[in-house]
Amino acid sequence: MLVDLELIGQFIPEFGEGIVLTLELLVISLFFGFALAMVLALFKKSTNLLLNYSSRAFIYFFRGTPFLVQIYLIYYGLGQFEAIREVQWLWFFLEKPFFCALLALVINNAAYAAEIIHNAIVTTDKGEIEAARAYGMSHWQSMRYIVIPSALRRAIPAYTNEIIFMLHATSLVSVITLLDITGIARKLYSRFYAPFEAFITAALFYLLLSILINFVAHRLEKRFNRYLKVNQ
Amino acid sequence: MVDYFIEVLKGAVLTLELFFLSLVLSVLLGLLAAFAKLSKNKVASFISQLYVTIIRGVPDLVLMLLVFYGGQIILNQFTERLGLGFWEINPLISGVLTIGFIFGAYMGETFRGAILAVDVGQLEAARAYGFSPFHVFYKITLPQMIHHGISSFTNNWLVMLKSTSIVSIIGLKDMVYIANVASSSTRKPFFFFLLVCLIFLVFTSISLKMLNKIKNSYRFE
Repeated sequence: MLVDLELIGQFIPEFGEGIVLTLELLVISLFFGFALAMVLALFKKSTNLLLNYSSRAFIYFFRGTPFLVQIYLIYYGLGQFEAIREVQWLWFFLEKPFFCALLALVINNAAYAAEIIHNAIVTTDKGEIEAARAYGMSHWQSMRYIVIPSALRRAIPAYTNEIIFMLHATSLVSVITLLDITGIARKLYSRFYAPFEAFITAALFYLLLSILINFVAHRLEKRFNRYLKVNQ
Repeated sequence: MVDYFIEVLKGAVLTLELFFLSLVLSVLLGLLAAFAKLSKNKVASFISQLYVTIIRGVPDLVLMLLVFYGGQIILNQFTERLGLGFWEINPLISGVLTIGFIFGAYMGETFRGAILAVDVGQLEAARAYGFSPFHVFYKITLPQMIHHGISSFTNNWLVMLKSTSIVSIIGLKDMVYIANVASSSTRKPFFFFLLVCLIFLVFTSISLKMLNKIKNSYRFE
């Protein structure tokens, strides 16, 4: 027998803290990532050239390069500069792998999510905006009450994919010594030399989390996009 | 510094090699998965569905570690039985197999969507004119598949290009691996990882230009 089921049973409890860390990283980075993404998406729509170009450059850079290299750039790269190491409160965070991983996840997520949100904003039905203006709403009022809520609803399917991608991306934090689900699997592998049991168990946890995320997102989509069915 | 700079560029060539080999494998697997999922054969469509679900639910890195370390054990048992001694798994082969296998699933979804978008009436018309099945695929389905699927294909291409970087974790000496080595010996990690980022940006930008050109030449409407 290639896979030892008893060993898998023995491994499962070991993954507890790994699951907690993976979820912690995922939830915190999605929260801050969303906030940053909103800002970036609005900057990208802005007519102010400085805001517009800086947002575009940010999105272009972080969507065009691998997440793994971004982690290295933050965790190993920033320490190269004396100026950063001298700022005590900053270095307090940046010398810890957890905060570096979090920073990398937030930035990466923001770049992708900004693109999704921007896309949803620019594809808003013209009639919705015209109606808002006809009611006497200012540009910002129509953004705040009509365009953004409508765009976020329509962004749910794409955003769900992004959340699953983020879950997968968290597995790369194991390269900077963090013990997330993948980190635990790698530790168990090297202790027991049992690659199938270690990595298949990890894979099952990820699969389960993906299914869970998809299930919740599907429910949300059904609830928030009910009104779209009527139009079709 | 200059030596390492040249080494990183050599690593970039290996990255491209890895990418194109994986691309070929993923396209072949993708076509297979797409036709299996669309076929009337229940077993084939179930296997194809399972393949896509597993790949989409599990991170690339976990799959790669499974193939690399697990594959080594299977290979050891195999060579032991044949009395061939110890064979070490090549990280390049391992990388191509894993990345090709992973993106085969994504390509499969892309191709399936593209095939479904082709009007059935046209296929029937072609068959009525006496086209062979191969001819129908080559002359009718394929050009329209490219038209419908190119955007999603481009997306897969770009994600895959970036995913090649994870093979450095199992010891393939691609540009990310070399940047790691260079960083620790020159103590200039920011410089080297930024260099790798810029090379990736060049690769992704060229790819995007090229694929957009193809997209524009396959416009019908």
